[in-house]
Amino acid sequence: MQSLDSILEIVRSSCRHGDPVVEDNMVPKGIRLQAADLHQVCRALFSSPETYFDMLSCITAVDNGPAAGTMEVIYHLYSIPFDFSVALKVVLSRDTPAVDSVQDIWKTANWHEREAWDLLGVHFNNHPDLRRILLPADWEGHPLRKDYQKQEYYRGISLE
Amino acid sequence: MKGFLDQRFENGGFIITRLEDLMNWARLSSMFPMTFGIACCAIEFMSTGTTVYDMDRFGMAPRATPRQSDVMIIAGTVTFKMAERIKRLYEQMPEPRYVISMGSCSNCGGPYWQHGYHVVRGVQRIIPVDIYVPGCPPRPEALIGGFLQLQEKIRRETVVAPKAIEKLMAKEKGNAVA
Amino acid sequence: MNAEERYFSAFGEVLLYIVAGIVFCLVSFLVARSLRPHRPNPEKLATYESGEEPITSAWAQFNIRFYIIALIFILFEVEILFLFPWTTIFADTDLREQTNGLWGWYAVVEAVVFVLVLFVGLVYAWVNGHLDWVKPEPRPTEVTSPVPADLYRKINERYAGKRPDTSGNELI
Repeated sequence: MQSLDSILEIVRSSCRHGDPVVEDNMVPKGIRLQAADLHQVCRALFSSPETYFDMLSCITAVDNGPAAGTMEVIYHLYSIPFDFSVALKVVLSRDTPAVDSVQDIWKTANWHEREAWDLLGVHFNNHPDLRRILLPADWEGHPLRKDYQKQEYYRGISLE
Repeated sequence: MKGFLDQRFENGGFIITRLEDLMNWARLSSMFPMTFGIACCAIEFMSTGTTVYDMDRFGMAPRATPRQSDVMIIAGTVTFKMAERIKRLYEQMPEPRYVISMGSCSNCGGPYWQHGYHVVRGVQRIIPVDIYVPGCPPRPEALIGGFLQLQEKIRRETVVAPKAIEKLMAKEKGNAVA
Repeated sequence: MNAEERYFSAFGEVLLYIVAGIVFCLVSFLVARSLRPHRPNPEKLATYESGEEPITSAWAQFNIRFYIIALIFILFEVEILFLFPWTTIFADTDLREQTNGLWGWYAVVEAVVFVLVLFVGLVYAWVNGHLDWVKPEPRPTEVTSPVPADLYRKINERYAGKRPDTSGNELI
């Protein structure tokens, strides 16, 4: 029914800033995109009648470390009518990681993006409510970054 | 009129000692814990309340509100985000109040003590703790052991000022009169 | 001097109960007040809001129907109250004998008329919707899904009737 090639066709037709690249070592198979293309590709995959990716399973962000200088944001999509999954990957620069928010397509992205912001500092443009979700609101730093240093005291309580 | 439990007597007569024994026995026989189950230790706390281990036979009936509880059982991992709420709830408990720290996480940070940036290394950094119950999670029998220890602690409480500061009290009285 | 026959009338018994009840509560309060510690501080006196800082007032809006229901309840409760002494009069055998049973019939008819008048009032309240509860009308969230409904129906049919997979559990 659905194959990676047909999905790749839809993605390619929506990409305007660069060609999508298949990443074979991801489970499910992943497609790497440019950050500027993400929103229209997601919209196309969501509303296209061949694919109908109506469920966003997960948004994850990965920090590749200060040496590599990149961060990645990975979207796992699942189609409930067709029982098919695909992953999208976006590579961002580590200094100012920013990508468009997809919460207007899938509401669940609201909290997933807040978590990515909280733990890794990835900024999502046009997000209605981008604030910390897991850590207290006045925490300093983004803990899952590779160069995170713990603060010494939080409101008078020692962290050590 | 100052309450009986607020006063400190210089020497205990028969009536005061007996009344103090009665009060302590009444208090320790009906400690109402405030349910503060945060993580896995809460499950063990709940199973202590089941019929097999039955904490109700010790008079411990869980209350959901700090206003009606005597003891706060911190069962689970204390994060920094939760620490503020724990402090506030402890402040809202009426005296005489006690705290039982249940499990490794609230004793000392538990399995998260080395790498957990979000975990408070022991709830005693936030509120004063009376009894520590070790375990990860402690078995219900261990928690009941903790209850019995707390009962012993309450049984030993006294409204008579300790001898060591009796002299201080006498001196102060002398200063006040003079 | 003969001992006067003293007795408690029914009213006296009720008074005794009231006094005993009040004394019981008062003694509990006084004993508690004299024994417990009294150490108020601003944190302790703050309003309880599950550990959070209390924001806004604790006053919430109640459904207006509570008032209507309570009002109608009071009316019919008073009706029941009047039926209780009526039963003592109705069952009075002396009166019945004196009137050859006519007293019984008279009392029944009077009570039935009484109940019927109030029943008409109940029917009026019922028909006019005064006993209905005001239900909130929840607005569903606006989600416009491009997926046609019959695709989901196919998925539901595919999984309908399938028992959950317990092949891996040996305990069951």
